Amino acid sequence: MIKARVTVTLKNGVLDPQGKAIGHALDGLGFSGVGLVRQGKVFDIELETSDRAAAEAELKAMSEKLLANTVIEDFSVEVI
Amino acid sequence: MKAAVILLPGLNRDRDMIAALTAVCGTPPLTVWQTETSIPDDIDLIVVPGGFSYGDYLRCGAIAARMPVMQAVRAKAEKGVRVIGVCNGFQILLECGLLPGALMRNASLKFVCREVLLEVTNAQTAFTRSYSQGQIIRCPVAHHDGNYFADPQTLAALENNDQVAFRYARGTNPNGSINDIAGIVNKQGNVLGMMPHPENLIEAAHGGVDGRGLFESALGVVSA
Repeated sequence: MIKARVTVTLKNGVLDPQGKAIGHALDGLGFSGVGLVRQGKVFDIELETSDRAAAEAELKAMSEKLLANTVIEDFSVEVI
Repeated sequence: MKAAVILLPGLNRDRDMIAALTAVCGTPPLTVWQTETSIPDDIDLIVVPGGFSYGDYLRCGAIAARMPVMQAVRAKAEKGVRVIGVCNGFQILLECGLLPGALMRNASLKFVCREVLLEVTNAQTAFTRSYSQGQIIRCPVAHHDGNYFADPQTLAALENNDQVAFRYARGTNPNGSINDIAGIVNKQGNVLGMMPHPENLIEAAHGGVDGRGLFESALGVVSA
């Protein structure tokens, strides 16, 4: 079995009101020097295969088809 | 003209939409459940109503857009059948790729439930021809993720092709949408997506009939 992690983040230039609010909240808690904060998503996925290359290709397809909205989001795939 | 309403788990504006279409058509619309793989040939207008399909899991409309019925909607849309998506329905049509762009979390981060003013930006579309160009109509909104976004090229194409059907007017933009965009049509002009709820201003008892013209336009019904 292969364990993998897909990380989905907003593309540069896409406004992230949630990230902004989180940044303000960190400021409010007294954490100084907080710059840009961007919120994303992490998916931990188990795949019943031992073929790493095939798993990576499959995860990329999953990301493009469902996990990420490629209009606004980028994704990265990491086989752990 | 015959209408169909798409039903998915978690939608909650379907009954309002059915009532509106019944009022405008005189007969109730067909309802089509998410597992259906085809839509009858005598349907002239398909409506994806609002709500919270699949609990807004992953992204609003993301899971619904991958259900079998949406493949059937896509096939009909490609044949030129009119399709309207309202609120979550708009989010679903965007996730399907039937319309360009995306809807993000409201700039205020708050759910907005109020009435806004819409400018009919293009009164030439199949959905807006009962209105006059630039007409201001009332319309309620109720959403958390209605902040329309498109990259600069997509936005320029939308504006140049007159694909913006409705804009929030007179400073009533409730969600931070780029260019005050409230509703857009596809390039072919047979698919409309909008965040506000025209189905809730259909008869006098609703406090206004400003939304009725949209359905009359789409269904080719002349106002009595």
